[in-house]
Amino acid sequence: MRGQFTYSKKVLSHFRKPHNLGNIKNPSGLGEVGNLACGDVMKLYLKIEDDKIEEIKFETYGCAAAIATSSVITDLVKGKTIEEALKMTNKEVIDSLDGLPPIKIHCSLLSVDALGEAIYDYLVKNNREIPKELEERHRRITTLADHH
Amino acid sequence: MKQKYYFDYAATTPIDPRVVKAMLPYFGEIYGNTMSLHSFGMKSAEAVEKSREIIAKSINAKADEIIFTGSATESNNLALKGLAEAHPNKNKIIISAIEHDCVLNSARWLKSKGYRLVVLPVDKEGKIDLELLEKEVDEKTLVVSIIHGNNEVGTIQDLQKIGNICRNHKVYFHTDASQSFTKTKIDVEDMKIDLLTASSHKIYGPKGVAILYVRSGIMINPILHGGGHEGGLRSSTVNVSAIVGMGKAVEISYKVGKLESCKVEKLRDKLIKGVLKTIPDCWVNGSLTDRLYNNVNISFKNVEGESLLLELDNRGIMCSTGSACSSNNLEPSHVLLAMGLTAPEAHGSLRFSLGRWTTEKEIDYLLAVLPKVVKKIRKISPFKI
Ligand code: FES
Repeated sequence: MRGQFTYSKKVLSHFRKPHNLGNIKNPSGLGEVGNLACGDVMKLYLKIEDDKIEEIKFETYGCAAAIATSSVITDLVKGKTIEEALKMTNKEVIDSLDGLPPIKIHCSLLSVDALGEAIYDYLVKNNREIPKELEERHRRITTLADHH
Repeated sequence: MKQKYYFDYAATTPIDPRVVKAMLPYFGEIYGNTMSLHSFGMKSAEAVEKSREIIAKSINAKADEIIFTGSATESNNLALKGLAEAHPNKNKIIISAIEHDCVLNSARWLKSKGYRLVVLPVDKEGKIDLELLEKEVDEKTLVVSIIHGNNEVGTIQDLQKIGNICRNHKVYFHTDASQSFTKTKIDVEDMKIDLLTASSHKIYGPKGVAILYVRSGIMINPILHGGGHEGGLRSSTVNVSAIVGMGKAVEISYKVGKLESCKVEKLRDKLIKGVLKTIPDCWVNGSLTDRLYNNVNISFKNVEGESLLLELDNRGIMCSTGSACSSNNLEPSHVLLAMGLTAPEAHGSLRFSLGRWTTEKEIDYLLAVLPKVVKKIRKISPFKI
């Protein structure tokens, strides 16, 4: 890349006033992931009723892009069923922020991974069957974390 | 525009209006090429030579020991690569772990060409180990290149001692004085400096001009080949207006010198004390005694620097960070790591650098805003302290 990047207005507005910031006591599902690239951390808390995401909160230690993607993903999946939420891709997250600088794409993976992990946690806690894809995702995330 | 509070003088300074005024005639009136033989050309050349003299005098050098270049990066490249080209019988280079990227990467490039590169570690204040330096310099050593005032943490090295060691072993000594030039006394004779880099845009002069001092008698080869400007060491049409500006900037620094340093140092100390008093879990990076008078570098625990910086920017405050998230390779500052900080500790570092127009009111504003902003970012974080 030549020259310095800039953030979109949407990124800055989510960063400055994050939505659904905080935590949930006794969450139905908790996802915690670390960013391998630069050492940042995100925690995502879910309250799920009838497989629907009733409440969602996050805490993030990271750059403005990491905070903005955390914030926007909570908006995107709130009220959705877990099945719908699992379909969330980081492209959707990036698009709904009007784009991210290339060097910040990895920050958006953090939020998608945290969501997957939180749903995984919920399913495990409730002795539910884990979709094969989610199982694989979980394995990828945790082994990456171990290696770090 | 909202009121702006500029605390990034170490990145670059605004140009002093007196400098702008001195430069203006060299755009539209005296625009001759210094290589032209007509009177316009000669006038330009005279102006350049006047600047050369002012700058030389400020470091106790001779005018013909000053080469004008386009940036400190270029000067540092020319120093290291130019020496290497001219002295093929040597094969070792010594630098410190806290050099600016342009020295670091020039040295690494030479390493890729077969040089042995020794990177001296620093202690937790950012000082190099002089005993180790003494052990490392040998007859195969081409040059020792050590930064004078560090750009990130402000630590000042003892050039006198380094110069003595190098001279005793007949090894060339180069220093990158980009941050310290005009801020602390530099005497190339006393300090036994053989090559020195200094820049204009850190001292209220224009961007796009810098110098490399090379002690007379020392051979270096050029990087740029062309019409033979600057004694054949830096071919390129001479940037007259910028050079005039740099000369003027140095001249002003003579006049304001002591007064300015006292004023800024006081503000610096007020800022450091205020932050340490009002914000929990933070500490100052770098030496508290041997420090550039305008540098404040502070790490905040459990805070990521880029988000902190942007939040401050939103309130009109401009500064820098050593966070991995803000660097283009996602690595934390190599300077802070070399001083023994862990990656998370380097993550939350901010640099505030003060200057000629920093006021007490600005410091008060910063001290009022910073605690709130740190608190806000900490609230977003999953780590609680
Ligand atoms: S979280 Fe570090 S770059 Fe985004």
